[in-house]
Order: sequence, then structure tokens, then C-alpha cells
Amino acid sequence: MLFKLSWNNMKKSFKDYAIYFLTLVLGVAIFYMFNSIDSQQAMLKISESTREIIKLMIAILGYVSVFVAVVLGLLIVYANNFLINRRKKEFGIYMTLGMGKRQISRIILLETILVGIISLIVGLVIGIFASQFMSILIAKMFEADMSEFRFVFSIDSCIKTCVYFAVMYVAVMLFNTYTISRYKLINLLNATKKNEKVKIKNPIISVLIFIIGAVILGIAYWKVTGDVHSLNTADKILPPILMGIVGTILIFWSLSGFVLKVVQSMKNTYLKGTNMFVLRQINNKINTTVASMSVICLMLFMTISILSVSLSLRESMQKELIDVTPVDLNLVKTANLPESYMKYGKEVKTTEVQRADSRITIQETLKNNGLDMNVLKDVIEIPIYASNSLTWEDFFGDKFEEVKAEFPGLAYDTAEEIVRISDYNKIAKLYGIEQYELKDDEYIMLCDFDNMENLRNMALVNGNTLEIAGKQYKSKYNECKSGFIMMSTSHTNTGIVLVPDTCNLTEDMREQQLLACNYNANTEEEKQEIEKLFSSGDSGFIQNLVNNGLDIDGMTKIALIEASVGVATIVTFIAIYLGVIFLIASAAILALKQLTESSDNKQRYTILRKIGCDEKMINKALFRQIAIFFVLPLILAVIHSIFGIQFAMTIMEGLANSEELLPSIIWTVVIIGAIYGAYFMATYLGSKNIIKEDE
Amino acid sequence: MENVLEVKNIEKYYGNKSNLTKAIDNISFNVRNGEFVGIMGASGSGKTTLLNCISTIDRATAGHIIINGEDITKLKGNKLNKFRREELGFIFQDFNLLDTLTAYENIALALTIQKVNAHEIDKRVKEIAEKLEISEIMNKYPYQVSGGQKQRIASARAIITNPKIVLADEPTGALDSKSARQLLGTFEYLNQKLNATILMVTHDAFTASYAHRIIFIKDGKIFNELVKGNDTRKQFFEKIIEVQTLLGGDLNDVI
Repeated sequence: MLFKLSWNNMKKSFKDYAIYFLTLVLGVAIFYMFNSIDSQQAMLKISESTREIIKLMIAILGYVSVFVAVVLGLLIVYANNFLINRRKKEFGIYMTLGMGKRQISRIILLETILVGIISLIVGLVIGIFASQFMSILIAKMFEADMSEFRFVFSIDSCIKTCVYFAVMYVAVMLFNTYTISRYKLINLLNATKKNEKVKIKNPIISVLIFIIGAVILGIAYWKVTGDVHSLNTADKILPPILMGIVGTILIFWSLSGFVLKVVQSMKNTYLKGTNMFVLRQINNKINTTVASMSVICLMLFMTISILSVSLSLRESMQKELIDVTPVDLNLVKTANLPESYMKYGKEVKTTEVQRADSRITIQETLKNNGLDMNVLKDVIEIPIYASNSLTWEDFFGDKFEEVKAEFPGLAYDTAEEIVRISDYNKIAKLYGIEQYELKDDEYIMLCDFDNMENLRNMALVNGNTLEIAGKQYKSKYNECKSGFIMMSTSHTNTGIVLVPDTCNLTEDMREQQLLACNYNANTEEEKQEIEKLFSSGDSGFIQNLVNNGLDIDGMTKIALIEASVGVATIVTFIAIYLGVIFLIASAAILALKQLTESSDNKQRYTILRKIGCDEKMINKALFRQIAIFFVLPLILAVIHSIFGIQFAMTIMEGLANSEELLPSIIWTVVIIGAIYGAYFMATYLGSKNIIKEDE
Repeated sequence: MENVLEVKNIEKYYGNKSNLTKAIDNISFNVRNGEFVGIMGASGSGKTTLLNCISTIDRATAGHIIINGEDITKLKGNKLNKFRREELGFIFQDFNLLDTLTAYENIALALTIQKVNAHEIDKRVKEIAEKLEISEIMNKYPYQVSGGQKQRIASARAIITNPKIVLADEPTGALDSKSARQLLGTFEYLNQKLNATILMVTHDAFTASYAHRIIFIKDGKIFNELVKGNDTRKQFFEKIIEVQTLLGGDLNDVI
């Protein structure tokens, strides 16, 4: 009996359920898609080093999924609450018929389970098919071979999705039971009677508030773009953010009054068709939706910014990679190992073989361990020096207290790396980067990691003198110069001191050996073969090293590129994941708000019909009304984003490239357009049904 | 004078074969230009159904309704809406004013949906407001004015489009007696000075006594017709009461 009632209720109120259902289905589908990444076919074909990255990505996605589940959970509770509120009267009737609250709770419970199961199934089916398309996308990102297509189904992800959503549904059920238990019969029966009084804001105050809101936003925009250089510490970014939020709220609070005032003064527009009615509708309702409009606007802003910036970040990371990986191989070995040293707070004892090996060059180590040196060409090996008497703290000198006050977290006892100028120039020549010259009493600070560079420039700007190996050296330039000796995925050189060859660097200061070279190969395949000697655990050379207990760190161009693409892809995936979830959340809230209001509006549209408006005019009025509600937050969010993205570009200078922005923005528009558009249409059709119900 | 409204043998059935209700059973009558006609009957007599059929809100099962030479039972879709918009004026018991719009805007709305130009709208709204003495409340919202004022705003909205006929459904139903009297004065003014044809449905004898002619309906049929002629309103009122007593049921109905 109860089941029948639930089932019929659901069929009857399907129009109301449409948005709820759409949200659940999209939520389930996206959840499945992103959690099934590991079993995607493309993943199986990706090379070893990239695998590691994918493991990392899956781990991060796992954490993000928990957050996403919380967002979706809250959204589902909200949407469900909307449905319950719409049916207060129905519950009131059940109660007058003698049904207990417990039985009503049970009806709703059954409904929740029914909707839950159906949406879970539909969502999973959509998710499974959509993930096949995503597989192709991933294959493109990682350049995997997708010549044979195979249908993939991830049981793990399926189970995970079911469990997470089951938990969410349980939360909804508990919430419903709680809501029902608090209802009073009289309120339920009178739920549809509404207060007729309309709150009207003073138009002059609206205009004033609008101007204040616009000015606040203007200042916030200026702070993050024109005045961006004053935002040099993390806490200074807070005021513009707060101003943005306050400005947004004020704008939405006053916008309708402001627009109404403006349009009213244009009689020809105001007194045309249903314009007057639509404007008044919006003016009437925007008052009650200031909070949700503001939240939606800010969510959309985040979605647009995250999507655009991360997509362009990925593009430009790949471009930068070419600059920072000029050779095929870098090898680094610690020199002059003592008998024991401290590592992660533990004492490590060294063997005789290890100590002996640390006193010879890398090239000798390679030869000793059976590497055919003919596979390498352009080999250059240099020593890197360091001394406890020259740390970052010593470098900053008088500025140390000032710098430390601002960035207390840095490891100021790190010893500076010191390289002879002629050694550096050999490397620079091989890398094709700028070479330098020095007088006998000068040094140069090389640093290309932006944040560190800014810090060091604070010390260098008025000239800086260092004591190295018992002699005073002054900085040749009053800023850092660009350059690096080790490859990485981006410009991350935190500092190298270049000293003249005459500097008295002693053998005990020699800390590391660095070897840079290219593979002696002409084709990609040959390069991959040589790469295996250094990257694969089965290579004879690596085996020998392991057997002798020896340790050489290294970086290869191929591995770096794969890792970088991986990082970029993680960023992109997580951004899309979060962006889409935020988008669904905001669109769903907006849609539900509109539907609630459409039922209040039913009477108004009935009056329009009675005084002779035809369906076409009424639908047009409804369409415009809903369109304005959807478009307003979007417009303000786009304006916010224009400045937000510029700001993001400024702080990630060097990481993200503005030239890459256009395609990312186009992608963002496509994604947002599709999801937002779907919600808009669902809302319009749902509202149309609600205002029609009588006929 | 020519007939503005001709109702010919209309019938309206509800329900299905097994359970048929005849809401209107073969009613015919005419309304001439400039007439003020009342339709009276107890609740359930079919008077509102009749008005709904005439106002094109509902469709008669059989028969013809001709307004200003056009058979509205043959009109469909947008033509029907256009007809309703341009040829008919409505006054409802519960005012049906839009709570989000001011009085001025409520009246103007009837013209904006006919795509009249803005300058003309402004002129006409001000003119009618002056005539119906509601100029001071033009910028107020419906919830800020009294019931009588609301109904006068609704009357202004009904008349501003210069309709062929104004259809009023229990216009005094939600008003106290003083407001009702004022409103009926407004109706007389509309009828006599502005030459509006009014068809008013009511169950209240006092309200009906303002009409020139009254058609009584019982169980979906015309039961009687009263013409005011040269009577005073008081005499006419007494006649109405007499008919109402008859209408209220005969002795056989009382068990």
C-alpha cells in the first residue's frame, strides 16, 4: 500500500522531480567517470614512469572525491528539502486521514530509495558510456596508443559510487525524518496560503547601493590587476576577496531596483508587451534570492577561473618544458662521503666501497660499473661546492630578519651551492643558455625560481658582499641572473653562486658531482633503448650499482617530460572534476529556486491569461524571466573572471601563458554552456508545466 | 439598437456518458449595445459557467455565442486570445490584480499586451483614472489599497481597452456594503457616461438592482426575466426579491 502510494507520488510529481533527478544522475555519472580513471584502457598502455603519476592522480582524485561527495550530499539534501516543502499540503492531508508521522516518513523513505536506485542505475549507465569518451581524451593527453578500442567497466568505481551515494541517501532520509517530525498539522494544511504583501525596496536606496557595490567591485578589480604588485604577501589578498564578495552581494541586492528605475524612465520600453510584468517579477523575487544569486555567481566565477586557468596551465607547462630540458641526461652523485652522516634524523653508516666511489668522478663510476660510454656524447662533468659558512641566512646578511619575518618557513640553514664560472660556462654552452664573465672579486647569483628570485633581489638590490673560502666577493649585478645547471620540469633553480676560477675552493668543500650529456643516438627508438639503461631496474649497469651499494641520482629528459605531462594532466582533471561539480551545484540551486517560485507565480500567470495574454506571450514572459535569473549571475561571474584570470596569470607568471588562454576559454564556455543550458531548459520546461497545471 | 451579444441555444455538459451533468440547458438571450444586464441565480445554477462560456474561458458543448457579429464558438487558439484581449473586458470577484504591479501598471498592462504605443497608454490610463477617481492611488500596490479601490482599478483595466462588452463576475462579492455601493456607482457611470455594455453575474439582489434587466437562471435554464423599465431602483429591488423568493425553491422542496 505504502509502496503504491510512493510510486504513484513519484510518477505524479515527475515534473518536480526532473531537476532533482537530473542532478542525481549527473552527480553519479561524473563521480563514476573520475573514479574509474585507473581502469581506463588508455591507462593500461601508458609507459612505466607515467604509471607512477597516474597512481598519484588516483590518490588525489580519491581525496577530492570525498570533498565532492560532501558537496553533492549537501546539494541533494537541499534539493530534497525543496520537494518536501512543495508537498507539505499532501502530507497534511495524510495526517488528517490519521496517518502517523512515522508512516509519512516511511512513504518518503520509500520514495527516496526509489529515486535513489533509479538515478544510480541511470547515472552509472551514462557514466560508463561517458568514461569511454574520456578514455579517448586521456589517450590524447598521454599520447597512448588507442588503435584497438575495448569497452571498459570499472567494478571498483561502480562499488565506490554506490557506497558514496548510499551514504548520501541515508543522510537525506535522516534529514527528512527529522523535518517531518517537526511539522505541525495546521502549518502543513496552510502551507499553500502565502503572505500577499510584497516587499518593495526604495528605488533611490537601490540606486545608491548599486553604485556603492559597483565602486567596491571596481576597487577589488583594480587591486588584483593594476595594483597587483602591492599584494606581495598571502594575507593581503584577503581584502580584495572580501570586497569581491561584499560587492557581489550589494549588486544583487540592488540590481533589480536599479534596473527597474532605469527602464521605468524609458517609457517606450517599459510599456511594451509584458516587459513591465517581467521586470516586476524579477524585482519582486530577487529580494528573496540575493543570497543564493551571490553564492551562485561566486561558484560560477570559481568554475570559470579554475577551468580556464588550469587548462592553459597545462598547455604552457608543456611549452616551458622544452626550455628546461636541454639535454637527454643529468646525473648527480654526492662527493666526499664521510664514515657516517645524518639522514632524516637517523645515522647512516657508509661502506668503504661507497666512500671510495664518492671520491672519483661520475664518468669513472659509470665505467667501473660496466656502462658502455659510447652510448653517451657531449659529456660534461663539473663539481659543485658548498660550505656551512655560506648558508641562505649568510646570503641575506642584514636583510635576514626582514626576510624571515615575512617567510618564516624557509630552510635558512641550507648551504648555498657554489660553482666555478668556467665549469658553469661549459654546462651553459651545452645547454645553449647565457654564459657569464667574472672579475676576481665578483660573484653572480643565478636563480630563476620566481619567488626565491624576488627574495634574493631584496638582498642584491643595494649590492651584496659574501665571504667565500676566506675572501670577500661582491655581487657583479644588483639582481639575480637567469640560469640553471640541473634539468627539471620548470624553472626551479633556487640559487647558485658563480665564483671566479681563482676562488680558493678546497676539496673538502666539494659536495657533489654533476654530469650532463646527450644520448649517442639519432632516432627516438635508439634513445628509448639508451634510456632503459638508466631507468629500467633490469639493466646490467643498474644491477651493478645496486650490488655495490652505490647511489647516483639522475634525471632524464624523457622521464621529466612524462612527469610534467602527468602533473599537468592531474591539474586539468581535478580542475574539470571540481569545476563541473561546482557548476552542477550552482545550476541545480538556481533551478530549484526558480521552480519554487514558479509555483508561487502560477496565480500571476493565470491572471495574465485571463486578461487576454495568449500562451505565446506568457511563455515568452516566463522564458525571459527565467533566462534573466540564469544569465545575471553568469554575467557578473564572467566579469569577475576576467579580472580573476588576469590575477591568476600574474601570480603564476612563467607557469601559465596568456596566449594559451583562448582555447581554454572556448573549452570552458562549451562545458559551462552544455551543463548550465541543460539546467536552464529543464527549469523552463518545468516552470511551464507548473503554470499550466490547471488546464 | 443592435445586439452586442447573442446567445443561441447553448448547452454545456460535464462528465461522461454514465454520469452526465447539464450545467447549461438550452439558454438563449440577447444583450443590446449600451445595456446593463444582470444574471442572477443560486450557487450551482450555472450562471458562472454561462459567463465562462461567453468570456471564452470555457467552451460551450452546443449552440452559438455571437459577439459583435462574430461567432466565438468557432474561434480557436490565438484568434480566441486576440478576441478576448481586444473585444472583452473582465472584472472578477477576487480582483485578479497583479500584486507585483502598481495600480497604474495593472491598468496599463491591458494596453501593453495589445501593443498600444507608450504615449497613448500613458494618456489613456491617466484619463480613465481621473474618471474613476483613482488618480491618487495610481502609484500604490494592490496590497496598499482597500477592496473597493482594488475593484475600481480592475474596472479601469477592464474598460480601458474599449471592449464591446464588460463581463463582471460577482464584482461586489468581496466588498463591504459601502464599497459595493461605490463600485456600482462606478458601473452606472461606465454604462451611462462611457456607454459601456455590461453583463454582470451576481447572487446579490442589491447589486443586481443596478442593472436594467435581469435574467434569472435555475438548474441551467432561464427561469424568469425582469426589466427595470421606469421603476425606481427600490421598486426594482423589491421585484427582484420577489423573484428570488420564488427562485429559492417551492414548498415541494421543503420536506
